[in-house]
Amino acid sequence: MDWQPIWLTFRLATITSVILLGLAMPLAYWLAFGKFKGRGIIEAIIGMPLVLPPSVIGFYLLLAFSPSYWFGSWIESMFGLRLVFSFPGLVIASILYSLPFMVYPLRAGLQSLPASLREASYTLGKSKWETFYKILLPNCKPAILTAFVLTFAHTVGEFGVVLMIGGNIPGVTKVASVAIYNEVEALNYSAANLYAMVLFAITFVILLMVYSVNNRLLSVRQSS
Amino acid sequence: MEVSIQVPWQNILAITGPSGAGKTTLLKQIAGLMLPQSGKITFGSKTWLDSSAKKQLPVQQRNIGFVFQDYALFPHLTVRENLLFALPDSKDSDLADELLAATDLVQLASRKPFQLSGGQQQRVALARALVRKPDLLLLDEPLSALDFTMRKDLQDLLLQFHRRFQFTMIIVTHDVAEIFRMADKVAVMENGKMIQHGTPPEIYLNDAGDTNDLILYAEVLTSEIQNGEIRVRALVQGKIRELRLPVHFVQTLVPGTTFAFRYALNTAGVQIIDGNRPG
Repeated sequence: MDWQPIWLTFRLATITSVILLGLAMPLAYWLAFGKFKGRGIIEAIIGMPLVLPPSVIGFYLLLAFSPSYWFGSWIESMFGLRLVFSFPGLVIASILYSLPFMVYPLRAGLQSLPASLREASYTLGKSKWETFYKILLPNCKPAILTAFVLTFAHTVGEFGVVLMIGGNIPGVTKVASVAIYNEVEALNYSAANLYAMVLFAITFVILLMVYSVNNRLLSVRQSS
Repeated sequence: MEVSIQVPWQNILAITGPSGAGKTTLLKQIAGLMLPQSGKITFGSKTWLDSSAKKQLPVQQRNIGFVFQDYALFPHLTVRENLLFALPDSKDSDLADELLAATDLVQLASRKPFQLSGGQQQRVALARALVRKPDLLLLDEPLSALDFTMRKDLQDLLLQFHRRFQFTMIIVTHDVAEIFRMADKVAVMENGKMIQHGTPPEIYLNDAGDTNDLILYAEVLTSEIQNGEIRVRALVQGKIRELRLPVHFVQTLVPGTTFAFRYALNTAGVQIIDGNRPG
């Protein structure tokens, strides 16, 4: 069996989740506590990947990334980077596609903390930034873990977007879900089954670990 | 909200009134955690807020201590770490350790807040608010969740700290006994307005000059309604007494609450003094 698609899948999911965690934290904080107009528009845009068919997102990203259009050609001339049918393109597409899976749990986690925790920190002379990373983040570990795992799992399960903008290049864009599809197309069911089984098993083990850790985090807090 | 009040340096002001009167909002506006529609707040020679000049000093620069109703201890930090976090320079931990000793928390210093009782959590919150040596200490119903003895111990502790650190103090409370014990002045609020302001006897006694009357504090042990009146068994001056009171006080006289009452020596009559129902 060719392990490359599996390896590629988990590399893509890890890179996407790590970058998204960094991007989503300030965004989640801003959505949770910011006072600004047009919040509804921002929320609607972030939530789009939840409801749109992946092929629609993939199609527009394909147009955007293509060097025949202005954004793709600008990226190419600016950074020498071609985003269609490439791994960096897959990472950017996955980040957009999985954004709500990271932002929403983080925002919910931040909002579930009592307002008095933030206020107490302010009255103790601490800035918003210090309050955020020393008080708020350590107290929403379960939400951070949930957000990370949801994003990771969602990226592992990605198919439509990858197929549209990544295609099927072995070692570059051929992830496990695409490989399964290829094997089924070729009526090669036993190979498809192997890929599927491996994905199934690894995903189950990851979720199992995460929920055990999460339950422990929560039970520590509730045992008072 | 319409409030205008001056608190003399190092005095203790109590704010009282029914729920929803705006007491907590007022306290948070003084702290700088909430912004009033318009108004002016000055502390000493400093202007904290002047909405007409669009001036506003951030809460971080007001040098206040704030004790929250829910204590707001940081759950992921130990008792000692909660105090150290509050210090401007965490190396300067002498005062933190001194306060841990004064609040009898040395044994519990490495515990997390959820491992503490309510009274212990309240002491941590108080120590944490004092570790920055605030000029103004604001307390939002800090003792309401505690039982009678614990409340009294904490009142003593607060008064002791007040004498030692010499800060000005504003305390939101429903407890009339607490107001009499602690406050120089009391402000009564209703519907976002201050309706009365004066010394506790001025507010709670119709004829404060009558020296034949005794003001006593009682903690309700049991209460039952009999023949159109409430029979309250209460702890008064360390002894259990039975008082007969009009039935409309039934809401306020549930077991565990404290109340202040006036005992008229000449007529042997009893009159309840209560924040929500003066006279």
